[in-house]
Amino acid sequence: MQFGVFTIGDVTQDPTTGRTVSEAQRVQSMIAIAVKAEEVGLDVFATGEHHNPPFVAPANPPILLGNIAARTTRLHLSTATTLITTNDPVRLAEDYAYLQHLSGGRADLMLGRGNTGPVYPWFGKDIRKGIPLAVENYHLLRRLWREQSVDWEGEFRTALHGFTVSPGPLDGVPPFVWHGSIRSPEVAEQAAFYGDGFFHNNIFWNKEHTEAMVRLYRRRFEHYGHGAAEQAIVGLGGQVFMADTEAEAKRIFRPYFDNAPVYGHGPSLESFTRDTPLTVGTPEQVIERTLGFADYAGDYQRQLFLVDHAGMPLPAVLEQIEILGTQVVPVLRREFEARRPEHVPSDPPTHASLVAQGPDSPHLKVISATAGLETAAQEVTR
Amino acid sequence: MRSTPRSSPPLRSSDTSRGPHARRVVVLSAGLSQPSSTRLLADQLAGAVDAEISARGEAVAIQTYELREFAVDLATMMATAGMPTARLDELRRVVAAADGLIVVTPVFAASYSGVFKMFCDALDPHALDGMPVLIAATAGTPRHALVLDHAMRPLFSHLHAVVMPTGVFAATEDFGGGAAGRQLSSRVARAAAELATQVVSGGVSVAGFTPPAPTRDAGVGIPAEVTPFSVLLGGHTGS
Repeated sequence: MQFGVFTIGDVTQDPTTGRTVSEAQRVQSMIAIAVKAEEVGLDVFATGEHHNPPFVAPANPPILLGNIAARTTRLHLSTATTLITTNDPVRLAEDYAYLQHLSGGRADLMLGRGNTGPVYPWFGKDIRKGIPLAVENYHLLRRLWREQSVDWEGEFRTALHGFTVSPGPLDGVPPFVWHGSIRSPEVAEQAAFYGDGFFHNNIFWNKEHTEAMVRLYRRRFEHYGHGAAEQAIVGLGGQVFMADTEAEAKRIFRPYFDNAPVYGHGPSLESFTRDTPLTVGTPEQVIERTLGFADYAGDYQRQLFLVDHAGMPLPAVLEQIEILGTQVVPVLRREFEARRPEHVPSDPPTHASLVAQGPDSPHLKVISATAGLETAAQEVTR
Repeated sequence: MRSTPRSSPPLRSSDTSRGPHARRVVVLSAGLSQPSSTRLLADQLAGAVDAEISARGEAVAIQTYELREFAVDLATMMATAGMPTARLDELRRVVAAADGLIVVTPVFAASYSGVFKMFCDALDPHALDGMPVLIAATAGTPRHALVLDHAMRPLFSHLHAVVMPTGVFAATEDFGGGAAGRQLSSRVARAAAELATQVVSGGVSVAGFTPPAPTRDAGVGIPAEVTPFSVLLGGHTGS
């Protein structure tokens, strides 16, 4: 199973000191976080994509991930999320393939639609077409990575004739793709149709909601013939802050919580802890809560923690990553494997595992569903 | 409706209906004080609707909710980019599943109260499609009477509800005796009769000539059935 951190690169004032880091400092801190994650034995670093303050997550994640690739050797590099709606799929195909070459096969990506409405018009898109954009753009991305010469005509992008993406995917094997969505069933359906991974942010909403979305994805993954529902590739987010005692953790974290972007100045730390997976306490409490995720989402393959937002200073963030790597994740690895049935994969697909599947791998097909398609076709004509 | 409890019934309470096919009418009262004249009007309307539906030979189950009790849940939802609470989800389910609504708000600053609007903001855009709704309001003076037609009626039209022609406005003085009180009673009776007719007929459509009743969406959870991906994909293929 893979464990890691994900960041949205928010530049937020530290509410305890009134200090706000510069954009330059925040950009450098994201590199330090990734390097630290590898140093303490975590598996994944994932960055968001943003186009507006207060975020300095890259507008194009491969820029940051390419830098991190040069400073690490083992860490998997991913996104949370790459905007499939407003980016040109041709540029995504080129840039992430390039990143895969640079990183020696350590890159994958997670697609999302974004959370800031004006990004659509800024890039000449219509927010009301969010789902159709995600569907069409991703299908083109799949074809670009799988077909030598692409002829394409769609609704959203200028046509292509005889186009070959350059560089092509490393070893001819496209990166593994996750699809992230908090509440759109169409995105869970999309991930299931292609046999891709499904990631639920699992931070802002209650666990019953996460459970329903993951269950939908698993059921449709099986429907399309990619394997049993429990074998579908699931990733979850989580948010933690740890100290030696629960009281100390709450004392330190509370001002950051109370002033955080999105939910600050809203619910209390206590009610948010009760209603969402947020855990503020000892490493043991984080272990217990995180193991509980599998009770509602099933045995899963990737866990990403958010530890660096709301103005938390870098030294404190690095300390949290240290605790994760030394005290939390080793136990989680052992306990998650102990409960995982033999036929459920531990790791999500990696470049190495996909290469090992050989030339007949379903991953190399644009559409690899082996079941459920006739039903779908009938529903079209009805 | 003397026996109506002063606080909202438990959300997961067993159905108080009088039979398997009882019509379900939900009353939303947005008063903040206790006792509240808004609740007083809500109870009068509920009692009149109960009598009118019963007079048409149909069973009815009426459940009354005080929106004040959901104020914290609503604030949480608004302050977390939409995270629903379990109680609020349950109320949204109950409302979308009703056969008719009675909504009553006090007038605050020349319009419906904030908590009343917060609840409407928390509804799915399709939660009230085709829903028969009786609008009512209370205020300290009769000079606020236009709140019904300048604030509430456009709001529920926006939500695709079927708003009864008669709205009921009660100023404090209308709860007294004399002509004002008698006129309130007659407005209550007329509005209740309109809602009862809609609730019993099952909506606006005439059987055989119109599309089936609208499917409302409580906006709670995720749908059980998804659009198959091939439909979303719209004919794109690949090798």
